[in-house]
Amino acid sequence: MSILKAENLNVYYGNIHAVQDISFDVNEGEIVTLIGSNGAGKSTTLQTISGLLRSRTGSITFMDKNISNVQAHKIVSMGLAHCPEGRRIFLQMTVEENIDMGAYTAPGSRFNENLEKVYHHFPRLKERRKQIAGTLSGGEQQMLAMGRAMMSMPKLLMLDEPSMGLAPILVDEIFTIIKDLHDAGTTILLVEQNAKKALKIADRAYVLESGTITLSGTGAELARSEQVQKAYLGG
Amino acid sequence: MKKKSFFADRTTRRDFMTYAIVIICFIALSLLASNKVLGRAQIGLLVPVCCWIVAALGLNLCVGVLGELSLGHAGFMSVGCFTGITVSEAVSNAIPDPTLRLIMAVIIGAVFAGIVGFLVGIPVLRLKGDYLAIVTLAFGEIIKDIVNCLIIGVDEKGLHIIFNASGTKSASDLGLAEGGKTIIQGAQGAVGTTTISTFLGGFVLVMIALIIVLNFVKSRSGRAVMAIRDNRIAAEASGVNVTRYKMIAFTLSAAIAGAAGVLYGLNFSSIVATKFNFNTSILILVYVVLGGLGKMQGTLIAATVLYVLPELLRAFSDYRMLVYAIVLIIVMITTNNQQMKNLFLKIIPKRKNKEVQ
Repeated sequence: MSILKAENLNVYYGNIHAVQDISFDVNEGEIVTLIGSNGAGKSTTLQTISGLLRSRTGSITFMDKNISNVQAHKIVSMGLAHCPEGRRIFLQMTVEENIDMGAYTAPGSRFNENLEKVYHHFPRLKERRKQIAGTLSGGEQQMLAMGRAMMSMPKLLMLDEPSMGLAPILVDEIFTIIKDLHDAGTTILLVEQNAKKALKIADRAYVLESGTITLSGTGAELARSEQVQKAYLGG
Repeated sequence: MKKKSFFADRTTRRDFMTYAIVIICFIALSLLASNKVLGRAQIGLLVPVCCWIVAALGLNLCVGVLGELSLGHAGFMSVGCFTGITVSEAVSNAIPDPTLRLIMAVIIGAVFAGIVGFLVGIPVLRLKGDYLAIVTLAFGEIIKDIVNCLIIGVDEKGLHIIFNASGTKSASDLGLAEGGKTIIQGAQGAVGTTTISTFLGGFVLVMIALIIVLNFVKSRSGRAVMAIRDNRIAAEASGVNVTRYKMIAFTLSAAIAGAAGVLYGLNFSSIVATKFNFNTSILILVYVVLGGLGKMQGTLIAATVLYVLPELLRAFSDYRMLVYAIVLIIVMITTNNQQMKNLFLKIIPKRKNKEVQ
């Protein structure tokens, strides 16, 4: 059953047609990834889904509700969490306060349970819970951003470039955590430049090129595809 | 979140320390004033100090907590001030008790300033950074000019208001009945106001403003406002209604500044609208920045010291603004320079760091 369905989305920045008539869907329990190079429109797509940007035409359906014109803060409480690109944590707050903010829309009664879950997936955050978030390392900040998004108890978690700017060993760690989150029952829509790793864990994938979807298929299919190999996997 | 005992929380403990210190200062100053240790000039400073503290607390909510630089807060003070004077004068026969009148004036003045803050906030909060600052500056000046054109009088039929945009009208055009009086006379401001502000009133207002602001910062709404300051997109992606919380913080900030304005206006028998100009906005901003953005305790100290200092320096009349400027520069450098901070840490004995585990 599809949990998220985007149909014929068109997004513009002024006169620039950044996302051109794309359609895709995410089924419950899947990891779906959007891969593509810089400027392909991946982040724009995610921001449009979470309501931070508006599409000019097209519709977005989340759990059988049209959310194309719903405000960003209401979308979060419907169960769609967006972990934005570049981490965007609250630098002047402590780790704990950042995580609290993630629970902003969730019922208070579930707070402790959710917090346990986040600390279970990100034990490093528990160690550093009193620390000011701005003093965390890049990898820890990424974990914090993901942990914060998890606190809203999302049915669908959208991750925008979680591996960006991280050392290879941390990239592995982040991908392991994504897999864990998925195994624990979260549906994930992942945007990545690291196509190799993304395709490895994805059930299905879409390739975006200058605002249009050029290829789609299962993760394994795309990883074998000649076109993808040439363009993104280095031969 | 674990339930903790009331004082186990560090910020709660610090807040109560702040309240205690303010109360002690009030009692000490009251005793000094009643025992004639303070001269008349010094006693005259007490109420204005309270006003500037409250105004600075309000502005700190906007600049420090919400993170939006407002250069128009004197405008909100002005709205509060002249609303408060009008209220106080209009009901002076009906309610002879000055304390009751002061309370009424402060509440109505704050509400009016809050309404104006809300209306100004609608266009202004769509902007960011420098643009927002400049537009608030413009609104501050607009408010000043509007108040400058108002002629208000009262008689037994009620309030009479003329908007003297052409500059040709005067108090006699109000058409007041026998026994009526003019309250605000356009550019001449409010003249002949009964001064009903007291140091006790000022102290109570400071306490109320402190309690409101400190608790707002700790509340769920306050956390949301600070999240917007730190990262608007992340706050929105966490489910915070950005527009709403920006409006709440800005309106509350304007209302607190308005309350300060009422207290200030009712402390002087005459006051003109141009008192609340751009310079006044900057003055309040200086208190906020010097005390530390988002730090209410710092604001208390900065507003007190910086208001009292130039007044005490009157003996060196020619040089007082020079000394004032030098003090400002030194404080800014020493509080923002890591080397100077290290130097201070060497001089001041280290506190035991029990808080860090």
